[in-house]
Amino acid sequence: MIVGLDMGGTHIDGVIIENGNIINTIKKPRDGKDIFVSIWEALEELLSNQDTSKIKRINLSTTVSTNAIVEGKTTPVGMIIQSGPGLPHDFLACGDENVFISGYIDHRGKVVEELDLEEINSTRELFIKNGLKTCAVVTKFSTRNFDHEVEIKRLLGNEFDHITMGHTLSGVLNFPRRVFSAYLNAAIHNTFNQFSHSIKKAMMDRGMNTPLFILKADGGTTSLAQAENKPIETILSGPAASFMGLNALLKTHEDALLLDIGGTTTDIFFLVDGVPLFEPLGIEIHSYKTLTRAIYSTSMGLGGDSSVRVENQGIRIGPRREGPPYALGGPMPTPTDAMIALGLAEFGDRKKAIAAMESLARVLELSMEETARNVLDTLGSMIKSKVDQLLAEINSKPVYTIHELLHSRRLKPQRINLIGGPAKCLSPILEKKFNLPCYYPRDYAIANAIGAAMAKLTQDITLVADTQRRILTAGEYGIRERVGRDFTIEDARKRAVQLLRYSAIDQGAKEDEIETEIIEESIFNMVDGFYTTGKNIRVKAQIKPGLIGDLRV
Amino acid sequence: MIKAKNSLGLVFFPAFDWAISPTHPEREERLLYTRDQLFEEGIADIEGIQFYNPIIAHEKDIQRVHFCVPNVSSRVTDSHLISAGGAIKAMDAVMKGDVDKAFAMVRPPGHHAQRVVYGDRGFCVVNVEAVMLERIRQDYGDLRVAIIDTDCHHGDGTQDIYWNDRNTLFISFHQDGRTLYPGTGFLDEFGGPSAYGYNINIPLPPGTGDEGILYVLDHVVLPILEEYKPDIIINSAGQDNHYTDPLTNMNFSAKGYAMLNSRLNPDIAVLEGGYSIEGALPYVNLGIILAMAGLDFSNVREPDYDEEALQQTKRTTEYIKKLSHLVYSRWQNREKLWAEDIKGKDLISLERQVYYDTDGILENQTQTFISCDKCSGISTIDSQSDGGYHIYAITIPRDGCPRCVDRGHKIYKDISSGNYTNIYLQDRVNDAYLAK
Ligand SMILES: [Zn+2]
Ligand SMILES: [Zn+2]
Repeated sequence: MIVGLDMGGTHIDGVIIENGNIINTIKKPRDGKDIFVSIWEALEELLSNQDTSKIKRINLSTTVSTNAIVEGKTTPVGMIIQSGPGLPHDFLACGDENVFISGYIDHRGKVVEELDLEEINSTRELFIKNGLKTCAVVTKFSTRNFDHEVEIKRLLGNEFDHITMGHTLSGVLNFPRRVFSAYLNAAIHNTFNQFSHSIKKAMMDRGMNTPLFILKADGGTTSLAQAENKPIETILSGPAASFMGLNALLKTHEDALLLDIGGTTTDIFFLVDGVPLFEPLGIEIHSYKTLTRAIYSTSMGLGGDSSVRVENQGIRIGPRREGPPYALGGPMPTPTDAMIALGLAEFGDRKKAIAAMESLARVLELSMEETARNVLDTLGSMIKSKVDQLLAEINSKPVYTIHELLHSRRLKPQRINLIGGPAKCLSPILEKKFNLPCYYPRDYAIANAIGAAMAKLTQDITLVADTQRRILTAGEYGIRERVGRDFTIEDARKRAVQLLRYSAIDQGAKEDEIETEIIEESIFNMVDGFYTTGKNIRVKAQIKPGLIGDLRV
Repeated sequence: MIKAKNSLGLVFFPAFDWAISPTHPEREERLLYTRDQLFEEGIADIEGIQFYNPIIAHEKDIQRVHFCVPNVSSRVTDSHLISAGGAIKAMDAVMKGDVDKAFAMVRPPGHHAQRVVYGDRGFCVVNVEAVMLERIRQDYGDLRVAIIDTDCHHGDGTQDIYWNDRNTLFISFHQDGRTLYPGTGFLDEFGGPSAYGYNINIPLPPGTGDEGILYVLDHVVLPILEEYKPDIIINSAGQDNHYTDPLTNMNFSAKGYAMLNSRLNPDIAVLEGGYSIEGALPYVNLGIILAMAGLDFSNVREPDYDEEALQQTKRTTEYIKKLSHLVYSRWQNREKLWAEDIKGKDLISLERQVYYDTDGILENQTQTFISCDKCSGISTIDSQSDGGYHIYAITIPRDGCPRCVDRGHKIYKDISSGNYTNIYLQDRVNDAYLAK
């Protein structure tokens, strides 16, 4: 038995799944209550009359971290930033106090200039004087050598509640994003930990010791303990839940376009051979670009309730929603009115829907039916042109080898999986526009909870081995170890996979659920004069993201 | 985040799967640390900076510039077509107006590749800038262009290609040819009869530092550009003037390179040489990008940068001042010099030997420029390689007059194959290439 709970902006939905069968669901509107209270009440209701000892895990998608950032309910953070030579650094001052310190580490991970201990000391005193309890420490190239970050943390001592070190968050090279990610992680650390404390306490009081996992922006989960250290990974899990839900309801192993068409917006996602396509570096939240791995998603201001008007004898839809559809008492014609007028949807006042379409038809000098069809056709065209533009961007992502340039695989959707209110009515239109088969689930009310419930634990690793300097580094894992001169790429692959497995099992993943894969690798000869002096080996691996088990629908 | 003052297109194509040979300076690893630096700096997140993938240049693009012997496919590989294609993509983005400026960080380099190509010389087979420029001229019409070669080696290939083209001003400053490959690039290499004075060489003494190179820029290059008024400025951006470069003996720094690009203000930069892959390239490339984007580069600095130690000697400074004065006055007097050296000659022939160091080929060639009062005039090359080829090649220039077009085709038709292994005609007026 597994439990999934998704806390969205307007609703909480929950589900219990046993052997692929949905055995209980819940869907409640959000009231103004505290996030923990809302979740706990929903969980209690969902689990009432259930034998909680049979629950293997609870997967939770929450807005705790997202809300804290968006609503500014964050803890003040003292930032210590070692920016070394390069770009000007003033734009990195995102903390409540920002101290740029001397010292630097180069791209190979060599310490070029040592830390100035006096500087760290006075920074520490400054933070204490200003009452800061939370800090973040980020040095340039700390993914290659995190000694300075670790040393600074040590020097800061026990005066602070929490210190985030940049290298623990991601193995990806991007210093500004690492700074912003570390800032956000520190800033929401307190809020998330209060939430997790409440959950743990409530579970203990109820005598439950079920493993609890938190949904991440990449559509996978992480253990509660890991999320307590890296709450940044739990931001923006809502779209990930809906994405995973759609995947659970409509399984595929092909390249696919996924559309979540709602009242005001349409969210666009993609699958590559059935596996989620990720943002290239990380997701952006509240205008902070981060290194938090996330499902690629684009939102367009277009949905069933978008306002429709005539401009230059053409139909214009959105991006604004002025209210509900005309048929439901709204002020403007909408695509939903077009569906109702054509008899494709059966709710609201059809007479009103027809009147709305007729108002447009008069200007266009077309019949009511032609106009309504025209509206839906325009909606389809707008989605198609946006998707085409996104595919062009995705398929022109930078490549770095001749092989990739000549032979790289292009994303080419073979099907469309649709979800949302207008899905059924729009499906034939989109099928024609894209010339692709469209699928939509009959019942999607609790898709997000299903997505959360079935999400797998995910994790990735970036490992760099420099056999000339005889050092292997995997920053996120705090690994910096000696390797022999004869260390090979096979050794690197093995070590990467091993670290992934250890971490996953440590977080509570089941051995048989861990499927690892190498996603990038390269090896370079390092030459001094005319002699090869070592190899630079880089391996990126991940636990293959996806769903655990199948849903019987 | 940071916003670029000038929108900048970047073609970053390190060709991580291509090398001349495993331990050759031009190998897979060359741009690895540059990539690390650019990624860590978050260049891709700067508003106004846009990355592009290369396109793949066509055989026809190569034939506009080179006579590959015996043919394009036997000399040119995908790596060269992609390197040239990367430059084309960069310049096209500027011409289209997608971006204000563009920098093609591509490899292999190209500025030693001359009109005739028997093989690889100075790590170059295809002249990347010339292939780029001629493709763009084909697509966008004629342009008045200045190519400033800032590589430490003389850009002898580009000089050869644009020798007789006064619509392409070529200025190269480099370490003196008496002390460095390819051994050319002196003041008296001043251009063909129709472009006398439009090929400018500034051979600098070993040990020249930021001060010297920026002096040349301010006192020779910029004043000449001011007068020449090009539509487009291209920086043939070699990075081997750097003080850590293993193949050269200069004292230029990353900040110097950034300052150079900031003042030169090129529309396009194309990476050429530069083999200090760890100590220079990551910083120099970063400096050039920031300078071209109009961003603050004052914080760009190499790990071992020591301003004092890199100061050039007083003697060098004095030498460069005198040299600059001489070069600039030759430019100002170019018409008088033309009258003295060229005027009245119907035909000018140049005989020379060309050594392909990378491939070990020796070539003997005679280029002949036939004067015409309506156009730049046709030119021919009679060339023999120690590999057994003996070719004859005719070029009708872009501005060729009808008489010269006919004349070029007639020579091609009439010439007997008996003496030659290959005969070529490059007709730039009709964008045609013939071989027999
Ligand atoms: Zn060079
Ligand atoms: Zn003529």
